[in-house]
Amino acid sequence: MSHNLNIASIRSDFPILNEVVNGKQLVYFDNAATTQKPRLVLDALSGYYEHYNANIHRGIHHLAEKATSAFEQSRKRLQAFLNAEHSEEIIFTYGTTDGINLVASAYGRKFLKEGDEVIISTMEHHSNIVPWQMLCEEKGCILKVIPINDEGELLMDEYEKLLTEKTKFVSVVHVSNALGTINPIKEIIQKAHAVGAKVLIDGAQASSHIEIDVQDLDCDFYSLSLHKIYGPTGMGILYGKRDLLNAMPPYRGGGEMIKEVTFAKTTYNELPYKFEAGTPNIADVVAAKYALDYVDALGKPQIAAHENELLKYATNAVSEIEGLRIIGQAKEKVSVLSFVIDGIHHQDIGVLLDQQGIAVRTGHHCTQPLMNRFNITGTSRASFAVYNTIEEIDRLIQGLHKVRKMLG
Amino acid sequence: MTINEIQDELISDFELFDDWESKYEFIIDLGKQFPPLEEQYKTEDNIIKGCQSRVWLNAYMDGDLLKFEADSDAIIVRGLVSMLVKVLSGHTPEQIAKSDLYFMERIGLHQHLAQTRSNGLAAMLKQMKAYGFAFQAKSVNA
Ligand SMILES: Cc1ncc(COP(=O)(O)O)c(C=O)c1O
Repeated sequence: MSHNLNIASIRSDFPILNEVVNGKQLVYFDNAATTQKPRLVLDALSGYYEHYNANIHRGIHHLAEKATSAFEQSRKRLQAFLNAEHSEEIIFTYGTTDGINLVASAYGRKFLKEGDEVIISTMEHHSNIVPWQMLCEEKGCILKVIPINDEGELLMDEYEKLLTEKTKFVSVVHVSNALGTINPIKEIIQKAHAVGAKVLIDGAQASSHIEIDVQDLDCDFYSLSLHKIYGPTGMGILYGKRDLLNAMPPYRGGGEMIKEVTFAKTTYNELPYKFEAGTPNIADVVAAKYALDYVDALGKPQIAAHENELLKYATNAVSEIEGLRIIGQAKEKVSVLSFVIDGIHHQDIGVLLDQQGIAVRTGHHCTQPLMNRFNITGTSRASFAVYNTIEEIDRLIQGLHKVRKMLG
Repeated sequence: MTINEIQDELISDFELFDDWESKYEFIIDLGKQFPPLEEQYKTEDNIIKGCQSRVWLNAYMDGDLLKFEADSDAIIVRGLVSMLVKVLSGHTPEQIAKSDLYFMERIGLHQHLAQTRSNGLAAMLKQMKAYGFAFQAKSVNA
């Protein structure tokens, strides 16, 4: 599919793309780590602080009402973004990691017991490994791992073999940050539900590329970060089915999450506030709405079409680099190009590309078990967003030729 | 030569280069020429963990002088490591503990020392000085 986006005009929405790095115009290919923010989002942030900064859900004055209303509008906006049934199913968090920890802690500690099994996959980010390891250690649960093939796709047969009546929870990444693989999560969710397990989807990488409908997916939890969807840093949401969230104990105690406090007993507030102790990240929550408006105005299918063109072009172009091997060749992929070059350390590639003004990510991408699976210590990763261009990919290719020449 | 004389010499070496390419080619050459650390010293104890590349550092006393050998799996880091070894190895523990390294900044490579999490260089420098302090304390106690 081709698209009708005007990329030049989109680029002009992102002031940071004009930065000059080491004397060259910046090429920003580290979008899987975090995307840049459009002017609209920057204006929303400063607009909040300039015009209606106030603490929410407390004051009765004008500013407090305006801030509260903007904050709750963002919740509604996220509800629509994920097609959640109820707005109180949207819990504001610090990001994907925070949301996963919330579930592992509040759901896991209440409902999992010794001998129960939790399934994750080989391609998980450390944020979707460590919270489950901590839970398993505390409760005596067993962690099982879905293996992958050499292309970087989950082995669904093996997954089915892992599922038993002991399986109580499945937590899997929607899109792999290190490989770009899009996992068949709908099928994963169905199969888990068939044995009575609950499912969390780590949506950190999916949410800027793929339309998400949590009702259609029927996932129990979905965690994401706004900074990967052209929105602010340190802010995300956890979606959870209402019945489950209601059944879970609070995760953190403090202001906002209570109904009544006496020294004898505290009664907890209702959803979603039960999980939002303390003054939240109001400015970033408010600005998040604008990031989603921006994405939806362009249209995710349009964005994906452009990004897929870039991925296809880049995948072809890098094949001319001697000794280069792509890690992650799944049939279903987002615009992530992870690669290694024979005999060259990924850090050397990163340093020399940086000298040429090109930002890629190098290292293990917080997926060390996945790197071990491929017998490598890391990769170089170029990940593309809506504002990237073919010309920029040409600069990457030239850059890589230079790296080869200098290190050859 | 004193630690500062060696630093000054490196600074003037780098003054010859007027673009990033020749500068990095020089560092890469240093990395290639730097003798590899013998496998027996590439131990868990000697490894300095960065997020991206690994650095190994071995320290030993040779008479009154503290000497270093090191290695890295990334070539540019290896070149940078070789410079740190060149500057600091073969001085007394006290001189090493008290040293003030300014050459990286002057050569315009300080970003490599700042990225604490992505490479082991800053941690390596800290470790070299820590050896200086440790061996200094030992010789005072002896
Ligand atoms: C797949 C995946 N999961 C989780 C995370 C963690 O996101 P955050 O650091 O925003 O909590 C990331 C971000 O790097 C990611 O790519």
